[in-house]
Amino acid sequence: MPPAIETAGLTKSYGSVRVLDSLDLRVDTGTVFALLGPNGAGKTTTVRILTTLTAPDGGHARVAGHDVVAERRAVRRAISLTGQYAAVDETLTGAENLRLAARLSGLPRRAAARRADELLERFGLTGARDRRTAAYSGGMRRRLDLAAGLVRDPGTTRVVFLDEPTTGLDPRSRQELWDVVRELSGHGTTVFLTTQYLEEADRLAHRIAVLGGGRTLAEGTAEELKNRYAGHRLDLVARDRDAYLRLTPHATAHTPATLTLGVPTDGSAAHVRTLLDALDPHRTDIERFTLHSATLDDVFLALTGPDGTEKEPSHV
Amino acid sequence: MSDTAANGLATATALAGRGILLSRRNLDAVITSLMLPVMLMLVFVYFFGGAIDTGDTRYVTYVVPGVLVLCAGFGAAGTAVSVSEDMRRGTVDRLRTLDVGAVPFLAGHVVAAVARNALATTLVLGVAALIGFRPAATAAGWLAAIGLLLAYITAVSWLAAAAGLVARTPEAAGAVTFFMMFLPYPSSAFVPIDTMPDWLHGFSEHQPVTPLIESMRGLLLDQPVGGAAWTALAWCAGLLALAVAASGALFRLRTR
Repeated sequence: MPPAIETAGLTKSYGSVRVLDSLDLRVDTGTVFALLGPNGAGKTTTVRILTTLTAPDGGHARVAGHDVVAERRAVRRAISLTGQYAAVDETLTGAENLRLAARLSGLPRRAAARRADELLERFGLTGARDRRTAAYSGGMRRRLDLAAGLVRDPGTTRVVFLDEPTTGLDPRSRQELWDVVRELSGHGTTVFLTTQYLEEADRLAHRIAVLGGGRTLAEGTAEELKNRYAGHRLDLVARDRDAYLRLTPHATAHTPATLTLGVPTDGSAAHVRTLLDALDPHRTDIERFTLHSATLDDVFLALTGPDGTEKEPSHV
Repeated sequence: MSDTAANGLATATALAGRGILLSRRNLDAVITSLMLPVMLMLVFVYFFGGAIDTGDTRYVTYVVPGVLVLCAGFGAAGTAVSVSEDMRRGTVDRLRTLDVGAVPFLAGHVVAAVARNALATTLVLGVAALIGFRPAATAAGWLAAIGLLLAYITAVSWLAAAAGLVARTPEAAGAVTFFMMFLPYPSSAFVPIDTMPDWLHGFSEHQPVTPLIESMRGLLLDQPVGGAAWTALAWCAGLLALAVAASGALFRLRTR
């Protein structure tokens, strides 16, 4: 089966800021793919290019088998986008918002009303159908927004884009949205989501790409990434502040308050021994150590470093 | 009708329905935009009117077309703000992924604006009748006058919608439409032009609002309007064409 999303050498600059620098991605049909990265890594720009809202400066991208520039309309018919900014009208009810979206996607009035009710049911919003969305919780609004992107015949929307779908949601709403994503994926829809939450990518995505400085820093399953980039983490407790400062350049995680530093390792006795000898040849700087299985946070920090936080140009 | 045009029409109709529904849900703003022209008419008729010599015509009858045109300017601010809000929020992104173009998007806003303005016009005419507005128009004259006003409202609303595309914030969008509210003042809307300073005559006589006011007034009083009606119509058509072209280009520019 052809991939749902495929990009090659995608570049985009805003003024002198290079937001995407030769981005290559491949997302298999029917999978959940997470694009993970700090603010300013180029996540939103990637989504905007893949959803035909912004044209790339260079490179190619195909979504659902169509080129995002040359076959924009075909791409639009196959995708749904739920962006960071709400696209529902707060003074309209849930049902009114969905009926409008269905009408805009080309359904006649009656069919649009039917479709709206189906979607309300599917996203657990039937009870709030006639309430204005201003009175919805953050999670309900996000679900409605997602539903509004899916007004077309369920068979035709093949790739769903979610740009930071759970930013600003409470844990319970986040959980509900994750369920929705799993349900979509269970029906064979490809889901492409961006997030800055490692846990979200870990729990939800089949594959993860870590984005930094406009390119893919790493790509794989959560397990692969953990093994490849930070199989284990050795936490070292320095004897004093001077020792801490001497060790700092070698570490990927820093906790000055407890004089603790994290260093990636594969976890083998041989490697741990070599590492300790290399870091502390005189055997005076390190007081204690503990060994941890790495989390996605370790991968993320190892890959993006402490200062991957330039600002991405905002989209209006 | 081609498929694309039919789709565009269906989309614009759905969006116009949305605009009207949003106005109904935001009654505060609508009531303000309805009360303002009525209050202004009362101010002109009772405070200033006594000092203005409009010949044989009673001042209230003289001023009503001007107030109606002023109304269109007030409505324009609201239109610019709504468009700008859609740009700022995710609405335009969602519409574009649904393949909705600039024209149906703005047409939806403009139709809702015309509907709001029609309401304001009706209210102004009603209050005017209560305070002594006595037009002498024939049925055809009424139709022609209302038609001209609608043409002007459409042109001004579309210009306002284009302003809403340019403005970075909804507040700025409101300010951009200021000149549309101001345009009726240096015209024959409220005072005869020959009472203005000489240097202003050139502008006042040749700006779009003057032929519009003159022909509406003539039609409502059943007096000959000459070429003024055609001049007004040409202005409206020209402004509308400009607004549609400019908004198409601006939409592409702002959504790159």
